[in-house]
Amino acid sequence: MRVIVIGQDKLAYFLGKHFVAKGYALTLITARREEALALSHKLQATVLHGDGSEPAVLEDAGAYRADVLLALTGQDEDNLVACQIAQKRFGVPRTIALVNDPANQAVFKQLGVSVVFSATEILGQLIEQQTDYKDIKALVPVADGDVHLAEVTLQADSPAVGQSLKDLNLQAAIIACIVRQGTVMIPKGNSQLQAGDRLIVISQAGAYEAAYQVIMGDIS
Amino acid sequence: MAKTQEIVVVGCGRLGSLLASYLSNEGHNVVIVDAREAAFDQLSAEFSGFTVVGDATEMAILEQSRINRADCLLAVTDQDNINLMVAQVARTMFEVSTVIARVYDPTREAIYKEFGIDTISPTQLSADALLNILHQSPLVMP
Repeated sequence: MRVIVIGQDKLAYFLGKHFVAKGYALTLITARREEALALSHKLQATVLHGDGSEPAVLEDAGAYRADVLLALTGQDEDNLVACQIAQKRFGVPRTIALVNDPANQAVFKQLGVSVVFSATEILGQLIEQQTDYKDIKALVPVADGDVHLAEVTLQADSPAVGQSLKDLNLQAAIIACIVRQGTVMIPKGNSQLQAGDRLIVISQAGAYEAAYQVIMGDIS
Repeated sequence: MAKTQEIVVVGCGRLGSLLASYLSNEGHNVVIVDAREAAFDQLSAEFSGFTVVGDATEMAILEQSRINRADCLLAVTDQDNINLMVAQVARTMFEVSTVIARVYDPTREAIYKEFGIDTISPTQLSADALLNILHQSPLVMP
């Protein structure tokens, strides 16, 4: 796989190292000359010094043959333009952009960037998940964040204890799996929940709070 | 442009301040955006529009500049990529009917022209004008 990364600092270095270790052919574009020089000594990669949103620089970086381009600078506008030029001029099939303003996530998607992520939003969600719900471990957002997968441990006073699944009104969520004393059970409608059960809950992104409320009671 | 238009100008440098002052004088409702408050000192004394301090690549700032009501947006900061991004956001997300971006880099300009963004490249315009003069004066051309 041929990967182009536009970025700087530790993020570019460690990500670059990761890609090289996976055996990818990496080209790194970084704005500062001294940093480019230092990175070229440390990484088994082609390192270019320049503006990654400039067509000539992208061409030098081998954009015509690249499989994926990641734009990770601190400037949203530079990341957008780099991805668009890579895609539209050089036909790079997959472009990935970092956005700093979370509101730009929808904008970039609309403007043709394949994958958009916001560090602000990811960190915000992590902190929310850690602090708000002690008994709930959010495992992974899947399907581009539209679906949440979480592990919930039932407490003695959780409202769902003693109820059967068919009586729980979870709406846009399902309990996919019950782990009881280390044994995995595939739940049926009449399975009764017990304190200490660990439930794997799958829900639509907007619906998980309501579902957890039904299972765990007041969680705030 | 006979009737009164709602115009957003992004970037209050030499070009932005001049445009905003002219358009305001012509009776249009102008909102001008710049990241530095001091930039607005360059506006003419007769400028009667609104000023918004902030980074126009931030959605909240564009919304504050009443882009949802705008007929026209001119993106003329000194950063090509900011202008290209703001122009596309104005057109795609807010459906502003007339959108023009200033782009210094002629190669970048050519690419965005291809996908339908109206652009003006001062570099290209100056080169054309200079060549035009040279071609008309036989003394300097062999």
